[in-house]
Amino acid sequence: MHYTFTIERGNFADAGQASSNVKRTLKQLGVDPASIKRAVVALFEAEINAVAHAYGGTIDVDIDAEKVMMVVADEGPGIPNLELAMQEGWSTASPQVREMGYGAGMGLPNIKKNTDELKIDTKVGVGTTVTMIVKLV
Amino acid sequence: MTVKDLIEKLDLKCLNPVNLDAEVTSAYACDLLSDVMGNARSGQVWITMQTHKNVTAIASLKDMPAVIIVRDGVPDDDMLQHAKDEDICLLVSKDTTFEVCGKLYELIK
Repeated sequence: MHYTFTIERGNFADAGQASSNVKRTLKQLGVDPASIKRAVVALFEAEINAVAHAYGGTIDVDIDAEKVMMVVADEGPGIPNLELAMQEGWSTASPQVREMGYGAGMGLPNIKKNTDELKIDTKVGVGTTVTMIVKLV
Repeated sequence: MTVKDLIEKLDLKCLNPVNLDAEVTSAYACDLLSDVMGNARSGQVWITMQTHKNVTAIASLKDMPAVIIVRDGVPDDDMLQHAKDEDICLLVSKDTTFEVCGKLYELIK
């Protein structure tokens, strides 16, 4: 099963739609609730990261019997120091984004915690692709 | 303690009367969305002063039956609509987060 979603820069109002759709689908497929939660937490955080930092992008979700693979690819500033970005508490979010309750530097650590495999390809000035796999038990 | 009991005992305004029979055994008070995303548990009531649509999105993803907005906060129109679409009970308290937490803790500890 394959799904594609579009990410618009700064469109916080629609952020979460992909996660919400994926949650519904996994529920219908009878996937265990713990795996559903992990997948949607990771996807929501990645979605918010792209909305907050990038200029636009796409989300591709593939679901099979063993896993859900989610690829969030954006065109954006890229991450200059990935090691720092993975640290809890590190954030480059704008004051507006922080006012909404984001920018605590918990997004990427939350993603790591909730995925079985995580790969981040990033190039400064080009964009970032986050590939996340959650195994279904 | 159900959501309905909570509305009565904490004198809350209910903007979307759903999940009234949901059992409340715990709550999570936080305005940082990623913290809620990472640490709140399903079934908990979320206490916050955030009034935008991402709150209901997260409440729905985390299976939280109700959100209490503190200090008479007014939800954005799209937040209220989203609460209706996603079946999240949206509640408003005139109290501060501290007061809501204190009262709720006394009720369900």
